[in-house]
Amino acid sequence: MASRNLLTSTLGLLEGPQTLGKGVGFWSGFLVVLALACAYPLFADGYDVGNNVYFFNWAFMALGLSLIWGYGGALSFGQTAFFGVAGYAYGVLTINIGDAYGLTFVSLIAAVGLSALFAAVLGYFLFFGRISGVFLGIVTLSVTLVLERFMSQTAGPEWAIGSARLNGFNGMGGMPSLTIPWPGGDIVLYPDVTLYYLTLALLVIVYLALRMLVNSRFGNVLVAIRENPQRAEMLGYDIRRYQLGAFVVGSGLAGLSGVLYTAWGNYITPSSMGMSAAALPVVWVAVGGRSDLTTTLFGTLLVLAGFQYLTIYGSQYALVVMGFLLVVTILAAPSGIFITVGSLFSKGLRRRLARERS
Amino acid sequence: MAILQTRKLDKWFGGLHVTDNVDFALEQGEVHCLIGPNGAGKSTFFKLVLGEHAPSGGEILYDGEDITRTKSYERIRRGISVKFQVPGIFQALRVRQNLQIALQHHLQGASLDEEIDRLLEFLKLKDTEKQLAGSLSHGQKQWLEIGMAIALKPRLLLLDEPTAGMTPDETHATGEMVQALNADGVSVLAVEHDMAFVRQIAQRVTVLHFGKVFAQGTIEEIVADERVAAIYLGEIHA
Repeated sequence: MASRNLLTSTLGLLEGPQTLGKGVGFWSGFLVVLALACAYPLFADGYDVGNNVYFFNWAFMALGLSLIWGYGGALSFGQTAFFGVAGYAYGVLTINIGDAYGLTFVSLIAAVGLSALFAAVLGYFLFFGRISGVFLGIVTLSVTLVLERFMSQTAGPEWAIGSARLNGFNGMGGMPSLTIPWPGGDIVLYPDVTLYYLTLALLVIVYLALRMLVNSRFGNVLVAIRENPQRAEMLGYDIRRYQLGAFVVGSGLAGLSGVLYTAWGNYITPSSMGMSAAALPVVWVAVGGRSDLTTTLFGTLLVLAGFQYLTIYGSQYALVVMGFLLVVTILAAPSGIFITVGSLFSKGLRRRLARERS
Repeated sequence: MAILQTRKLDKWFGGLHVTDNVDFALEQGEVHCLIGPNGAGKSTFFKLVLGEHAPSGGEILYDGEDITRTKSYERIRRGISVKFQVPGIFQALRVRQNLQIALQHHLQGASLDEEIDRLLEFLKLKDTEKQLAGSLSHGQKQWLEIGMAIALKPRLLLLDEPTAGMTPDETHATGEMVQALNADGVSVLAVEHDMAFVRQIAQRVTVLHFGKVFAQGTIEEIVADERVAAIYLGEIHA
């Protein structure tokens, strides 16, 4: 009985004050979107489906940044540091220990763990050193740029860990894809339909788990810190621990993005930790609406798709467009496009209803 | 016995001596007001008691224990609570959730909901529970923060200008809230400018001037003190 109560109260956290969407309507919509996402490979070429896994790969980093920045109020400008650390760690590990017996998944977990550990150490100094606001952004950005510089100069043969060459500016390749051990031959997750479903499942799990996290007591304190850190502390909360907790979870998700990206393309370069790479997650999350997981997720996928389209068909100006988008969002729709458009729409609707009644 | 005591409490900001050897005691169950002209060091004194500033010298005792080096949140957990001068509420969250965050330390489930309802009633905020805290009137914000401060079930409540910006009616209602809390055994230390409010709630008054304890006594004694009138009341009745 007690365990059942625990289950219902845990599932109850899927809805709450910190997440948009509740009730039958929202969850029906959720299921429809999920069904469409599941059906997509049936109507598309396997090659395209595999390529489009790319978009999901980044969504984890965006959700993590939403947790740290949108919910916790701490703008980290260097989530790519954890992306890169985990990506390189996955490469080094799998090249050395191979891909048999499900070892790629062990490497995945170890690499994500490493990025979370790195975040815990860095975050300890940041939050327990009471660094906040713009300084937090500066320090985290510096960390990712330092890592990029460092990895760029590892071209020589002396820069190798075991049999894995770091390869400097050109980036590291040759690591295996994720591989599921299977009787009668391992299933290698090349960019194809199987990998698509695996990544989609991971994304759904992470999305739902984060919903529960932000609606929990932990999430309550996190948004309280965003709103007024002094008040939160003067309610008896050690706010540094909460900030650190959110930072570690969010950065672990950036790490997960890094591993999935590296395993997907069998490739990672130092520029994945560079200036423009570091700025992009901030754009995705800000444009969609950082203070909600759902708007962050859809905003990220939308902006990524637009960016991709511009890079392929458009011009060299994709990055300029991204910067412009960020500025416009901050000036005109600081809570993100979805919430702004939604509230404009409902305002218009209310006005029209009022006019019809009178 | 004193619930809060400071011994030779000292604070320098550069060359500015903002708290100057303050020996102060707040008795258990007392309502005590701190008054003094602007810049007298009242808010700094609060920040020292809360641990937001580290003192340059001296010590702070709470309930007989030295808390001079204790972390702020730890002091709060031991039973000190505060209402800030500028309403320190969570503007983008709903009124109900503001109280929930204060209460979730020690309550959950149905008893949490009951306690929120009881507080909303006490604070006269029942009708606003679903509003965003930022949309409340100034007086209501002050009450909400008082509610968050008392939700912690403090033994010592610090109020920094609790009635600033309130209408006379709101001020009087706030005084009644403080009296009700005091009847439940909460000791109160308030910084206040409104002398009518001080008269309503204070059992004793301490006047700070240039960081020093200038005078101490009942409100009648303080008002009758010509030296105080010269530095402080003189300003008002000038």
